[in-house]
Amino acid sequence: MEDLSFQHRVRGRAGGTRQSAIVGVVASGNLEVLVERSMPDAECAVDIKTAAVGFGAVWSVVISDFVERYSPGGLKFSINDGGARPDTVSLRLAQAVRLIAEAGQ
Amino acid sequence: MTSWQNNRAARDARIAAGAGLARGKVVEAHEVTRLLEAVIRPGDRVCLEGDNQKQADLLSRALLAVDLSRVNDLHMVQSGVVLPEHLDLFDRGIAKRLDYAYSGPQSARIARMLFGGKIELGAVHTYLELFARYFIDLTPHVALIAAVSADREGNLYTGPNTEDTPTVVEATAFKDGVVIAQVNEIVETVPRVDIPADRVHFIVKADKPFFVEPLFTRDPAAITEGQILTAMLAIKGIYAPYGVQRLNHGIGFSTAAIELLLPTFGERLGLKGKIATQFALNPHPALIPAIESGWVRQIHSFGSEVGMDDYIRARSDIYFTGPDGSLRSNRALCQTAGLYACDMFIGSTLQIDLQGNSSTVTTSRIAGFGGAPNMGADARGRRHPSEPWLKAGAEADPDSPAPLRRGRKLVVQIGETFGDKNVPLFVERLDAIELAEKLNLELAPVMIYGDDVTHIVTEEGVANLLLCRTAQEREQAIRGVAGYTEVGRRRDRNMVSCLRERGVIRRPEDLGINPLDADRSLLAARSIKDLVRWSGGLYAPPSKFRNW
Repeated sequence: MEDLSFQHRVRGRAGGTRQSAIVGVVASGNLEVLVERSMPDAECAVDIKTAAVGFGAVWSVVISDFVERYSPGGLKFSINDGGARPDTVSLRLAQAVRLIAEAGQ
Repeated sequence: MTSWQNNRAARDARIAAGAGLARGKVVEAHEVTRLLEAVIRPGDRVCLEGDNQKQADLLSRALLAVDLSRVNDLHMVQSGVVLPEHLDLFDRGIAKRLDYAYSGPQSARIARMLFGGKIELGAVHTYLELFARYFIDLTPHVALIAAVSADREGNLYTGPNTEDTPTVVEATAFKDGVVIAQVNEIVETVPRVDIPADRVHFIVKADKPFFVEPLFTRDPAAITEGQILTAMLAIKGIYAPYGVQRLNHGIGFSTAAIELLLPTFGERLGLKGKIATQFALNPHPALIPAIESGWVRQIHSFGSEVGMDDYIRARSDIYFTGPDGSLRSNRALCQTAGLYACDMFIGSTLQIDLQGNSSTVTTSRIAGFGGAPNMGADARGRRHPSEPWLKAGAEADPDSPAPLRRGRKLVVQIGETFGDKNVPLFVERLDAIELAEKLNLELAPVMIYGDDVTHIVTEEGVANLLLCRTAQEREQAIRGVAGYTEVGRRRDRNMVSCLRERGVIRRPEDLGINPLDADRSLLAARSIKDLVRWSGGLYAPPSKFRNW
């Protein structure tokens, strides 16, 4: 296992009012993302627990692209990763930010 | 005196030599090897019918058993090298030279044998290209073909898997060659005549039906969310804006996902009747929900698919069927249809380089080309206009006057940035080039050339190469959808962002695609059993796809 943590300054606050959401599953090649509205509006944090060791550089690029594309201000993401491919990670993050922006809770 | 009928005389002599083993045209299965020894001469060009699906397996085994002193150094000209026996012929020295198109299941062994010098390779062709050469410089002396049934006269019924047979027989029988058919049964009257008796010289009843492989069945249960996202991008980013009605699909999971999204995602976008109405396509089970929902008007097929016979029979408005009700396929004509009458080819590949060239060859496997290059090529001889073709042409060349501007076929490569076993789809240099160097080939085996490719779709977005004006833009457009592969991570971020502003690259969010829709619940069928249900019980999947 490896723990990684990323903090980003963000252009703007993520949409919606929902306080938390969860997408995905912990399984081989998959991941679970818990997203919580618990950060200041201009910040975003991503904490990762991953089964695949040594991919910090790829994670860093995936997370910064995600932050640039979706501007997830105010959100904290906790990722439980079962060795997912970067494209699956990107998809789950996009889903998480979309889900917390939707109505409900 | 000069004779101008030497070949006819030679053909007659071959038939006479075989006639002693036949009653009429019928030869017993245990006499076939003797028949082949009597009819085939050393150095002959032989087409041992190996198609994409159907295999003349009894005749393959019989040829493998010939006396090497009588039959040797054959030049095999066949589209599919599929059975182990096809290559055993070269190991034994019965065959020496090979011209072919596709070698799917034998791709690793054929590569080893080429490296080992066991096979003298003519060329690897596309289907249409090899069929064309049957009529110019690779005409078979002897064709060993497969059919479902024959009558005593030799009329053949080829069944749903007609595939290459009419083309092979045409080239052989009308140029003084000998045609030998294996059939599953000999009947009083054939259900329909696919090959007339006067083109068939000998028939053999096989002890079991010829081998057919289910090549086009994709289990919806194995479709991933990434493939669903990519399929949504293709539908909304390419099918919809160009209004693509006439097309061919590859056989991968990404295109299966598209087929299964038409009745759900496509319906929601109001695209029914506007896209995906006419196909050059094998009878893909994954298309059943779209057919049942009224999306598809017509399908012409290269071959058939195991388990689809009853469904096809019951849906003759959609498929081409004979007076007997069963499917009539024809590979050469369907390839021609795909080349000239379709506005789009969309398929997957194993490697794409920075110019957009793609290849399914790796250094240890030579799978051949099959038909993809015919589907996935701009037909320079095309003259009829259509909306997608004109629009693509205008995007590629906005400055030429419209009446003199060629249209363009949409040639779309679709795939996930990382494929099977996390192998990246995008590479700086194709393995095909290394292979060509190792084998001293004059041409690297490129499946689809970059200058024919118009779009690349991955889960990262759609790259429209028609809108690229320089080689550098093209390279960055490709890197821009290459995700987190090495190729993708080396993109020029500023250039990619400019290309996105110009609409050369379109991300899911640019197309208004909700990532939460990338969910298996969006598939019209999520299992093989769902497909059976959609078909009203008419689709009978082969046992390896049944888990109930």
